[in-house]
Amino acid sequence: MSKMTIPEIELLDGGHVACQGCGAALSMRLFLKGAGPDTALVIPACCWAVIASSMPNTCLRVPTVLSAFEAAAAVASGLKAGLRRKGEGDVVVAAFAGDGGTADIGIQALSGAAERSEDIIYVCYDNEAYMNTGIQRSGATPEGAWTTTTPKGLEKKTPKKDMPSIMVAHRIPYVATLNPAFAEDFVAKVKKAVSIKSGTRYLHILADCPTGWKHDPSQMVEVGRLATMSRAWPLYEVENGKYRITWEPGRPVPVADYVKLQGRFSNYTPADIESIQKSVDERWLNLKTLATPTASTA
Amino acid sequence: MSRELLSGNQAVGEAVRLARVEVVSAYPITPQTTIVEHIAEAIAKRRMNADYITVESEHSAMAACIGASLAGARTFTATSSHGLALMHEMLHWASGQRTPVVMANVNRALGPPWNIWVDHSDSMAQRDTGWIQIYAESNQEVLDTVLQAYRVAEDKRVMLPAMVMEDAFVLSHTYMPVDMPEQDVIDRFLPPYTPIQKIHPEMMELFGSFSPPDGAYMELRKDMDDAMNASFAVFKEAESDYAKLTGRPPLGLMEEYRTDGADVVMVALGSMAASARDSVDELRKEGKKVGLVRLRVFRPFPHDYVRALGERFGTIGILNRVVSFGSGGPVSTEMCSSLLSLPDPPKVASFIAGLGGRDFRPADISKLYGKLMDGKFKQEEWIGLKEGT
Repeated sequence: MSKMTIPEIELLDGGHVACQGCGAALSMRLFLKGAGPDTALVIPACCWAVIASSMPNTCLRVPTVLSAFEAAAAVASGLKAGLRRKGEGDVVVAAFAGDGGTADIGIQALSGAAERSEDIIYVCYDNEAYMNTGIQRSGATPEGAWTTTTPKGLEKKTPKKDMPSIMVAHRIPYVATLNPAFAEDFVAKVKKAVSIKSGTRYLHILADCPTGWKHDPSQMVEVGRLATMSRAWPLYEVENGKYRITWEPGRPVPVADYVKLQGRFSNYTPADIESIQKSVDERWLNLKTLATPTASTA
Repeated sequence: MSRELLSGNQAVGEAVRLARVEVVSAYPITPQTTIVEHIAEAIAKRRMNADYITVESEHSAMAACIGASLAGARTFTATSSHGLALMHEMLHWASGQRTPVVMANVNRALGPPWNIWVDHSDSMAQRDTGWIQIYAESNQEVLDTVLQAYRVAEDKRVMLPAMVMEDAFVLSHTYMPVDMPEQDVIDRFLPPYTPIQKIHPEMMELFGSFSPPDGAYMELRKDMDDAMNASFAVFKEAESDYAKLTGRPPLGLMEEYRTDGADVVMVALGSMAASARDSVDELRKEGKKVGLVRLRVFRPFPHDYVRALGERFGTIGILNRVVSFGSGGPVSTEMCSSLLSLPDPPKVASFIAGLGGRDFRPADISKLYGKLMDGKFKQEEWIGLKEGT
């Protein structure tokens, strides 16, 4: 017996200009289902600044402010204050930014907003590189992944920046990792973020980009499932500092299964994959320690 | 009306309180800091009712003002020098998204080397961002201009942000008597802000979305330029209404001092004009026919007025407290572009002086008047350089 937990409401219209198989487009659709119609969005420079379509059209059924690359959290802070002053304090204000706009150029404004405990939801849709400008490495790009600025011979030697942990360190009420290939878990987390009525809530989505990850667009959900089933992208939430794993693979698949589907990892040698597996296992163990007692196993 | 002794920064803070600003976004920088301190104190003591966002940078200060303004709130921030430079990108967003944000900028030099004293290089570098720019000469004018700036910026014919300039320390930290208008007078002058459209859950709109070459981009830029030019008339109306309500006479886009029968005039911005007034008084006592023109509004640039000035006076000196490296003083450049269209343009002397707060006194200005009267001047000259440095 299954029960429909995802609202039927559609706040993302047709006519968007995302690539086929875009994880960011599916993420926006699911996010708005969870957030509902009384939402205002702030979108900095990122794929979504283009996906929403050109002036005067929009595929978003909620009011949206576009802004500069590094400014999303600050514009959202001001927008919330303005709405509050104008008797619209119940409107959910959400920043919706890419990994570059979050982990790199936008981290200062985000950190400031979180420290001030701004009543906003900050969503990072992380496709692990600057995809809108044509696949350049960001601070969220995994070690060794191909991008146009980390070609073979100039590989990225440092691991992906751990944004959720950085946000947990701000002691905000809610931090969660999301994956659109796990839609029920995704929407439940959005709803929880909306239900918490004060402080900054941070949602970090692993959003597949078939164009940049170099796989067939039809494999978006499959790649997404493997990301979490391999524990490369564990799904958890941190509520008032308390960790909880929200979906746990009964029997994890090897990270190699996730990696081998994607052209961006084609430079990986068997030794590299072994090293990545080791790092994934270590991070999982660390997460398990943080999340004791563990959640139910799916 | 009461008279109080206020620093320029306190005058800004009091104007913001009287304007019933709803959202203030604040970040400290010398010599602006006492503005945001004054406002924080006013809110803490319930003299003012506003949301106060203590952002982590000037870039975010402007970003937060834009967000709040898009929701329909009256907003304010203040900055100076490097803070204004950091805001540069968001200044374009504020004007492009047509948010009537009002900001006080305390004119301060840019580093390196570090220097916290007055010059106009910070705001002059932002002249192409689509902001109205008004330069004040006294603390009274600082207070009046901030209030007038809201009226102009929020006018439906304008809908552009406005920047009010006061000189570092010379105004910002110097106490002067200021006539304070009553709250009910200001409420009549400046009713609550009613935006043309605002962020609202029932509204489906993208603010600031993508527009390709064959889209609306160029037309929207033309609309901003038209609105900027339309702000001349709106500013005059606002000054006239303000004068009726407060009894203080309007100063105009350009203010003239003892120009009647003058052979030569000097043009100055901000507090330099106050020194030039003393110089004019001294020289007039000696029978020298000299006058002063103070440029108050730099954006929009009063080209028509400058042309009229060029028809009346054969020799014009221009004081620039700023340099555009490789191109002289920007005040001169702009004035010359107006004057060139005259059949018989005046002789123009461009002086670059007082950078980084370098002392520049009435006696120094008198010497420059002497050059103008003797007709012995170069097209461009740096004044007050130390020998052998």
